[in-house]
Amino acid sequence: MNLNATLIAQLVVFFILAWFTMKFVWPPIVKALDERANKIADGLAAADKAKADLALAEKKVVEELRKARESAGDVRASAEKQASQLVDEARAEAARIIAAAREAAEAEAGVAAQRAKEALRDQVANLAVAGAEKILRREINAQVHGELLANLKQELQ
Amino acid sequence: MAGNAPTASEYVIHHLGHFNNSGHPQENIVDWSIINIDSMFFSIALGLFTVFILWLAARKATSGVPGRFQGFVELLVEMVADQAKGIVHSAESRRFVAPLALTVFVWIFLMNAMDLVPVDLIPMIWTGVYSAAGGDPAHAYMRVVATADLSAALGLSIGVLLLCLYYNVKIKGVSGWVHELFTAPFGSHPLLYPVNFAMQIIEFLAKTVSHGMRLFGNMYAGELVFILIALLGGTATVFGFVGHVVAGTIWAIFHILIITLQAFIFMMLTLVYVGQAHESH
Repeated sequence: MNLNATLIAQLVVFFILAWFTMKFVWPPIVKALDERANKIADGLAAADKAKADLALAEKKVVEELRKARESAGDVRASAEKQASQLVDEARAEAARIIAAAREAAEAEAGVAAQRAKEALRDQVANLAVAGAEKILRREINAQVHGELLANLKQELQ
Repeated sequence: MAGNAPTASEYVIHHLGHFNNSGHPQENIVDWSIINIDSMFFSIALGLFTVFILWLAARKATSGVPGRFQGFVELLVEMVADQAKGIVHSAESRRFVAPLALTVFVWIFLMNAMDLVPVDLIPMIWTGVYSAAGGDPAHAYMRVVATADLSAALGLSIGVLLLCLYYNVKIKGVSGWVHELFTAPFGSHPLLYPVNFAMQIIEFLAKTVSHGMRLFGNMYAGELVFILIALLGGTATVFGFVGHVVAGTIWAIFHILIITLQAFIFMMLTLVYVGQAHESH
């Protein structure tokens, strides 16, 4: 329990060690600690952000799915509409074609009938004239009655 | 101790003698011509070990994932930095005071921890070396716990005192500090100046002496108990052997707490005293 020069030596050593620590030990460690704290804070913030982004993306996905489903429904409806329209159009076209064909056939039939009628009339007139000629050949002078016969022929036409 | 076994008293006194430059234990209470070589050796060696270990961690310090060793040192740094932040309210002063507190904590802890080395081991090795070198084994003094040397402990606390004086002047200015010395704690009145000044001087003295003495007293007492326990074993009886093992184990385990606690207290008081130097009354 004595005091001696150890005291002064110890005091000097004390300050030298403290100086060394201040110069070479403390700053890098504290710097590393601060940097790591920042890194961790950044990491946590990034994780939070990622989580928020994920939630947002999920919401978007749901929304997109809903939209896609909706538009698919629309497409189907319009396709059906278009199909039925096409069928309707085709049906109308067919009806039109049939009507036209019938009309044409009718017209043709009419013309043919007319023509037949005319031909028939001609033949009837000829037959009648021929018949009348055969009857009248003997009794009627062809020259005398020629005018009459032409009139008759005209009338039959 | 084989040849002529020393008496218990001789054994204890031999153990408490310092290896100094005079070759025999100091006789006067105060003698500035003597220096304790053993205290200086162990405190410098452990001091270098302290800064080396801390430097090792600092050298590899990165903001990445720390290893166990780095984590441990960082734990210490964080602990000291937190304490310093709470006590010394000046970021600029903390740049020196916090590293100083860290050094003090680790260094004192290691010096205290020398108490846990078997009490006869290093002195016995030293006795062998000393006598091999031609010295008288009876004069082979060696004490391994530097903090159980009053001079060393007071050297540390006086270091803290100097630091306090420095910061008093730095923060308050010479005139501000002198003003405080004479007007605090009782107030500004010419009649109170001497009383105030006396109180301030007593305060500084008491702080410093108690600061150093607390550490010294704890370590000295601890060392003495280890010596006494060793003496119990030295009786070479069954009782002595069992007593040595049981008491030695209990005391060593208890001492782990004491050496850590004393290092921590010394560090905390260093911060507190420096912190006080920053506050004006």
